[in-house]
Amino acid sequence: MTHSISIKDLTLSFGAVTVLEDLNLDVGQGEFLVLLGSSGCGKSTLLNCIAGLLDITDGEIHIQGKNVTWEEPSKRGIGMVFQSYALYPQMTVEGNLAFGLKNARVPKAEIATRIARAADVLQIEPLLKRKPAALSGGQRQRVAIGRALVRDVDVFLFDEPLSNLDAKLRANLRVEIKRLHHTLKNTMIYVTHDQVEAMTLADRIAIMRDGQIMQLAPPAEIYNRPVNKYVAGFIGSPAMNLIPGQLDAADQQFDTGLGMSISVQGYEFTSAPITGPVWLGLRPEHVLSGQMAQTQPVQLDAYVDMVEPMGSDTQVWAKIGKQELRFRMDGQAEVAIGDTVPIGFDPARLSLFDKKSEARL
Amino acid sequence: MSSARRARDGARPPIRLLRNLSSKLAAIPMVLVGLGVFVGGTIWTIVHSFTDSRLLPRLNWVGFDQYERLWSTRRWLVSIENLAVYGIVSLVLTMCLGFFLAALLDRKIRFEDTFRTIFLYPFALSFIVTGLVWQWILNPDFGIQSVIRGLGFSGFNFDPLYNPDLVIIGLLIAGLWQGTGLIMVIMLAGLRGIDEDIWKATRVDGIPIWKTYIVVIIPMMKPVFVTALVLVTSGIVKLYDLVVAMTSGGPGISSEVPAKFVYDTLFTRQNLGQGFAASTMMLVTVAIILIPWAYMQYREKRQ
Amino acid sequence: MTAVTPRGAKPQKALSPRNIMLYGALVIFSLYYLLPLYVMIVTSLKDMAEIRVGNIFSAPVEITFQPWVKAWSQACTGINCDGLSRGFWNSVRILIPSLIISVSVAALTGYVLACWRFKGSEVFFGILLLGAFIPYQVLLYPLVIILRELGLFGSLWGLVLVHTVFAMPINVLLFRNYFVALPEELFKAARVDGAGFWGIFFRIVIPMSLPIFVVSGIIQVTGIWNDFLFGVVYTRPENYPMTVQLNNIVNSVQGVKEYNVNMAATLLTGLVPLVVYFFSGKLFIRGIAAGAVKG
Repeated sequence: MTHSISIKDLTLSFGAVTVLEDLNLDVGQGEFLVLLGSSGCGKSTLLNCIAGLLDITDGEIHIQGKNVTWEEPSKRGIGMVFQSYALYPQMTVEGNLAFGLKNARVPKAEIATRIARAADVLQIEPLLKRKPAALSGGQRQRVAIGRALVRDVDVFLFDEPLSNLDAKLRANLRVEIKRLHHTLKNTMIYVTHDQVEAMTLADRIAIMRDGQIMQLAPPAEIYNRPVNKYVAGFIGSPAMNLIPGQLDAADQQFDTGLGMSISVQGYEFTSAPITGPVWLGLRPEHVLSGQMAQTQPVQLDAYVDMVEPMGSDTQVWAKIGKQELRFRMDGQAEVAIGDTVPIGFDPARLSLFDKKSEARL
Repeated sequence: MSSARRARDGARPPIRLLRNLSSKLAAIPMVLVGLGVFVGGTIWTIVHSFTDSRLLPRLNWVGFDQYERLWSTRRWLVSIENLAVYGIVSLVLTMCLGFFLAALLDRKIRFEDTFRTIFLYPFALSFIVTGLVWQWILNPDFGIQSVIRGLGFSGFNFDPLYNPDLVIIGLLIAGLWQGTGLIMVIMLAGLRGIDEDIWKATRVDGIPIWKTYIVVIIPMMKPVFVTALVLVTSGIVKLYDLVVAMTSGGPGISSEVPAKFVYDTLFTRQNLGQGFAASTMMLVTVAIILIPWAYMQYREKRQ
Repeated sequence: MTAVTPRGAKPQKALSPRNIMLYGALVIFSLYYLLPLYVMIVTSLKDMAEIRVGNIFSAPVEITFQPWVKAWSQACTGINCDGLSRGFWNSVRILIPSLIISVSVAALTGYVLACWRFKGSEVFFGILLLGAFIPYQVLLYPLVIILRELGLFGSLWGLVLVHTVFAMPINVLLFRNYFVALPEELFKAARVDGAGFWGIFFRIVIPMSLPIFVVSGIIQVTGIWNDFLFGVVYTRPENYPMTVQLNNIVNSVQGVKEYNVNMAATLLTGLVPLVVYFFSGKLFIRGIAAGAVKG
């Protein structure tokens, strides 16, 4: 099977600065791939390379089996949606949708059909005669998606399309994009720094850092089995507890040296266990407290330092010995600063990273 | 996009030179003007200032002769002195007056637009028009002097355009009239760019308004002042039309300026080598003023 | 241009000492700035007899338009006696092509520098900007040679070329800065939509940039109209622009000085930029502020 998009050894440098280095990525037909990372990680740059808006230094880009490394953006069979919508202000919505088709000399009747179809899918018929300035943010982004839609292409590229919208609208449009993908079954590459968008939309997520892909996997795997400390800390909110300590491979014991010593028996090592300094990663939501704690293989007593009630649940900042630990309790639980709470968790849900390489053990 | 780009195969990189071809073609005027006229012309003038060209340019080297002769020409020395005096006084007054007017306009006044229009309109007029109007107003037989004498002060004397010692004052009155509006507008833009909260903070701290300007506002406006300074300075060096219209360099040679010296030497006295040496000196003057400024800008950008 | 929102302390009672000082200062300065315009107007409306006996500040006793007629069609420049009208039409013939060519070239160059940079384009831009600071005197003679080589010396087209050359640094800067501030994604979207260099320029960039064209146009109209030096150096007397002709009329040493005609001529010459100024208002200010405060 040919991949929808295939990137081979892509390198991009500006003078002495290398932005992307030897990057390889294959995207399947109809796959929804999210490029996730903090700003400056190279995710938007990679998208621009795929779109042909940046000339790459080395490597190859194939779209639908065709080598398009040096092809014009308009001839790559892609549609693109931008963060700032990028609608042409002097044209009506209809003009915006038609602009690319006119440039490609698509016959008038065909243009009209395609616009009508896109307008129907996105429910923007009443807006067709308006100028972008007269539209709300959500409407503008819908038109921008429409502009990609009318191109009748196999690949959609999204460059942080929801970042300029307020939280509520963002949630609505997120669902719409997901529904659109379900209907159209196009290949979509979606750049974002928002992990919620990434987790909810993606078939696979590529987590990027410093121009490299750290982990490329389905959302659940990224959440449960992050390949390194960076990914572990990046995904999940509130962030994973990352506790430094010593691991003893023989008796599978982890010791912080600050009064917290636990057994990691049950943890699935991906490589042979080591004896030496490690990071122990524990998600706050994987810590159980009170009665539930007694069902868990590992049980500890936590001294409560600070409490943040959020309604649905309560964030607790606690200490075990001198080791800080953050965990989640039920919103109804009664807990106060100074309390000592029994907690417990299952080592199978832990993550262990080598202290030096920061890679998953 | 260029047709060259359109025709090629998407799998192969384009020839370097043809990449972005339309853009390169469209940049040709810039390259021609920048390299051909600005750089080429400057080098040409400097090179020929070391020759004995008279009626026509020729490459007969005479070393620094032209410069030695230039600096022993009284007319050139007078020009330089005039430019220095005019330059310094006009710089200081333009900056002070420009800032003062801008500060007045910034005090939440009524009719701000009207006042600004009045202060700025002379800037739309040419130096020729400016010079001729003030020549008329300063005319000793009909202008200010005669009007004030007519009021009974028969001993009143103010005829700068006919007095070699005062002629620069005449030029200054006209020059300031024409140019302060521009500086006022720039200063006003600078004042408007200052965060309203700064004013609130100084009011809370009980600092008087005049002190706020001196201690807080002016230091904050340093970049604006530097810009205004560069603008006024480069305008001063170009001072030519105003002198031609107002005094033609007179009385005698008492209001000659370098720009006029160059023009006269090149085109009426046809002593090209001398004219090139004089214009090279003008370039050196500008460079002395600009290089520290450019360095400052560069350093600020890097930080 | 920054929005005009009043600043500073809140307004006090109309006749407070502070206000008297503030408005007093403004009015006094206004007199200095308005005086020449007033003198020009009243002088141009008096006859010579009245000027000789009267005071230059007094209003005309008897208004006459004769000086205006004479300035326009009969005043002598030393060479001919057909007034300023010749200079006016010369200036118009210089202005229109200079305006169109200089603004187009600057807009296109600014577009290249903002949207289609290539290796070395910034270096050329830097060189071009340096040109803004070179005293004209340094380049006067080299341009004479260039124009002579092109066969344009003395012709109107030669002067058009000179105006285009010297307008480039400031106008290119103006356009470039404006275009750089346009959203980059718009440009990317247009490329995905298959628009090329010219397509994006004409269909996307120009329709969005009307204000900057007006600003640049204003700078050019006043600059070209007010030019004196290039007019003197690069044209023959029959093509002299209005400013040169005006100076020749007023400062000609022959004949009796007719101050009323001189002032009418001066006003006539200043009329075009004044009209542009009064009608463009804020855009004019924006133009000079943008040209001055480099970003």
